[in-house]
Amino acid sequence: MPKSRKITNDWPYAPAPEAAKIAKVAKRYDHFINGKWTAPKSGEYFKTTNPANNRKLSEVADGNEADVDAAVKAARAAYEGSWGKMSARERGKYVYRIARLMQERAREFAIIETLDGGKSIRESRDIDVPLAANHFFYNAGWADKLDYAFPNRKPKALGVAGQVIPWNFPLLMAAWKIAPALATGNTVVLKPAETTPLTALKLAEIIEDSGLPDGVVNIVTGAGETGAAVVNHPDVNKVAFTGSTAVGKLIQKSVAGSDKRVTLELGGKAANIILEDAAIDQAVEGIVNGIYFNQGHVCCAGSRLFVQESVFDEVMWKLKRRMETLIVGDPLDKNTDIGAINSREQLKTIQKHLKAGVEDGAEMFQPKCDLPSSGNWCPPTVFTNVAQSSRIAQEEIFGPVLAVQTFRTVPEAIEKANNTPYGLSAGVWCDKGARLFQLTGALDAGVVWGNTYNQFDPTSPFGGFKESGFGREGGLHGLAAYLEL
Amino acid sequence: MSRLEILKTYKIYIGGKFPRTESGRYYVPEGKGGKPLGNICQSSRKDFRNAVVAARSALGGWATRAAFNRSQILYRIGEMLEGRSAQFEAELQQQGSSASAATKEVQAAIDLCIYYAGWCDKYQQVFSSVNPVSSSHFNFSIYEPVGVVAAIAPEKSSVAGLLGTVLPTIAGGNSCVVLASESKPLCAVTLAEVLATSDLPGGVVNLLTGNREELLPWMIGHMDVNSFVASDLTDEQVANAKAASISNLKRIVISKNDPAKEESPYPILATQEVKTTWHPIESSIAGGGKY
Repeated sequence: MPKSRKITNDWPYAPAPEAAKIAKVAKRYDHFINGKWTAPKSGEYFKTTNPANNRKLSEVADGNEADVDAAVKAARAAYEGSWGKMSARERGKYVYRIARLMQERAREFAIIETLDGGKSIRESRDIDVPLAANHFFYNAGWADKLDYAFPNRKPKALGVAGQVIPWNFPLLMAAWKIAPALATGNTVVLKPAETTPLTALKLAEIIEDSGLPDGVVNIVTGAGETGAAVVNHPDVNKVAFTGSTAVGKLIQKSVAGSDKRVTLELGGKAANIILEDAAIDQAVEGIVNGIYFNQGHVCCAGSRLFVQESVFDEVMWKLKRRMETLIVGDPLDKNTDIGAINSREQLKTIQKHLKAGVEDGAEMFQPKCDLPSSGNWCPPTVFTNVAQSSRIAQEEIFGPVLAVQTFRTVPEAIEKANNTPYGLSAGVWCDKGARLFQLTGALDAGVVWGNTYNQFDPTSPFGGFKESGFGREGGLHGLAAYLEL
Repeated sequence: MSRLEILKTYKIYIGGKFPRTESGRYYVPEGKGGKPLGNICQSSRKDFRNAVVAARSALGGWATRAAFNRSQILYRIGEMLEGRSAQFEAELQQQGSSASAATKEVQAAIDLCIYYAGWCDKYQQVFSSVNPVSSSHFNFSIYEPVGVVAAIAPEKSSVAGLLGTVLPTIAGGNSCVVLASESKPLCAVTLAEVLATSDLPGGVVNLLTGNREELLPWMIGHMDVNSFVASDLTDEQVANAKAASISNLKRIVISKNDPAKEESPYPILATQEVKTTWHPIESSIAGGGKY
C-alpha cells in the first residue's frame, strides 16, 4: 500500500444545489383530525428548524391529551363507519391513490424532508420518498387478498392504531406505519417526531386530496408527552412504535395492563463483519454505506465493524482513504454525502460518545473536511483499538461513528457480534457462499445483509431480535401486526 | 403373603437428569377423594435458573438439528407415550379424572405429538417467503427459534395441556423450561420419563413442579429467557408479566386457546423470529441472461 492516502483533488465538485423554493412550507400547521386542520386545544405551537442552519422553517401544533382524544374519537368513528364498512377492494384503491399522489409530488417531498431533517437531498430523493410511496403501493394490493396471506385464518382488523415515529426517516416511517394499517382495515392516529413533523403534515395534504374518508388517518404533532397520550389512550387497540429501546420498554410497560397489541422497532448496534476473502473494495463501500448513510441516524446502522486480522491494515487504509472523499455539508447540494445532524441535542449526544471513545482508550480518526459555520455537523468518524467493553462498542450512538474491532476465526466473530442486547441487523462480507451462510445463520439479527448493506424494500420484512424490539414491518409478515388472526 | 408396593419418588427433570429440588421443599397435592398424591418437589428459583442453563446449552444442538430429525423425535415421544398410556391413565384417575376422560386425554396427548411431529419440517415451507425486492438482490425471510422459552402448563389439563404448550416450542427448535400443573403434577413427572427415552436431547425440555405464584416472577425476570408462554394466567398475572418482561424484552405469548385442544401451526410461529437475508445478484449477462 502506498504511504499516502491522499487523493489529489484537482477537480472539486461544483455546488449543485436543489431549489429550496419549490417546496411549499406554510408558516404554521395545525393538527389533521377528522379530515380537518384543527388548531391545538392549548393554542400552543412549537417551531421546527432546519438543522443545517438552525433557522426556523415553520411552526406546528403542540398536541395535548385533548387533541389526541379528539383524534382517537375520529379514528374510532371512521373505523365503525365509513372505513369499516367499505369493501376491501375500495379500501385498497384509496391506498393506491395515496401512493400515486406521493409519486407526483416526490420532488417537493424530498426537498422538505431534507430541509426539516438535514439528510442529503440525494438520499431523500433516491431512497426516502420513493420507498415511502412504494410502501403505499405495495400494501394497497394486499387489502383484498389478506385471506391468502394467513392460511386457514380469517384475518380481521384490530381497530384504531396509535403510531409514534422517529425523526431519522420521517416520511418513510409514516409510510411504514400508515400503509399496512390502512390496507388491513384499521384507522390511524400518527404522532410524528417533534424535530421533523413537516413531511407527515404534507402527507396529510395528500390524504386530504385523495378523498380518504374523514378520520381514517389523523396526525397529531407534539413531543414525547403527546406520543405518550397516543400510546396510553384507552380506545387505541394497537400501538406501533419506532424509536429508542429505552422508550420502547416504557411503552411496553405502560400498556401491560391493557389488551393493546404492540410492535416495537427499537435500537441497534449492528455488526458488519469483513472476512479475509471478501472483495475489499466493495466491502469498504459497504462499511461507508453502513455507518455514514443518513449521518448514522439509522437504527440498523453497521456501527460495529469486525475485520479479520489478516486484512485489517488493508481495510483500514482503504476505508480512511474513502472517508477523505466524503462530502459533508449543505444537505440540499446533490453532491453531499453526509448532511446535517438532526438536532443540537443529538449532536451533543454524539459528541459525548466521541469523548467516551477517546477516554476508553480507542484511537479516533476523522478526515479533514470543511464544515459549514452554522448548523449541526459531525465529520465521519472511525475508532480503532476498541475494547468490547467500551461505551462506543456497547451503546447505540445514532451518529456517523464507527467502532472497529478485529477477530481471527469465524466463531470468534460470531461470539463478538452477538455479544450485545440488540439484534436488529448485521452485515457479512465474504466471497465463499458456504461461510457466508454459516454467518448469516448464526447472527442474532432480524435482517442480515450478505455482501451488501442498508437495503430496504416494501416486500422485505424488517424488525429485530432481542432488545431491538418485536414484530416485523414490511412484506407479508408485516401485515400480521395489524390483524387479529 | 401380600407384596409391599414400591412407591414412586416424584422428581423434576433438568438437563436430562432427574434431581429432587435443590431446596429440599415439597408439597402434597390432593387427588381423588382427598388422597395425597405424594411429596411433590416444590421447585425453587435456583432450580429454575439451573434449568435455564440446561436449556441454553441444549439450544444450539436442537435449533440446528435437521427439521426432519426433530420431526422423528416428536413422533418418538408419541410412540413412547402410547406404550405407557395405561400409566398415564391411572395417574389421571388418581388426580381425579374419570376413566373415560383419562383415556380421552391420553389419546389426545398422543395425537398432539403426532400432529406437531408433522409440522416440524413443514411450517418453514408454508410461512417463509422469497421477497420480490425491486433491486437486484436475492431476498428471503425464514423462521428461526426465539431461543429459550419459559412456559407454564395449564392447570386443568395435566398431560395434553402440557404437551400442547411444549410441543409447538420444541417443534420450532426452541428449548424450554416448563412448570407443570400445580394441582395435577403426576403426569408431568412421568412425561419426563417418556421424554428421557425418546431421543430428545437432555435439556431441550426441562420440567419443574411447584408453585406458580412463586416461580412466575423469576420466569419473567430471567435475563437469559427469550420468551414466556402461558394460557391460563389471571389478568393481573398477564399484566405483571408484560410489565416485567421489559428487562430483556421477552416475547410474552398468552394463548387464548386451550393448548390441549389447539392444533395449528400458529402456536409454533408464536415462538419464532423472522430473519430476512439479502444478497446481491450480478446482472452482468447482457440482455437479461437466459430469457
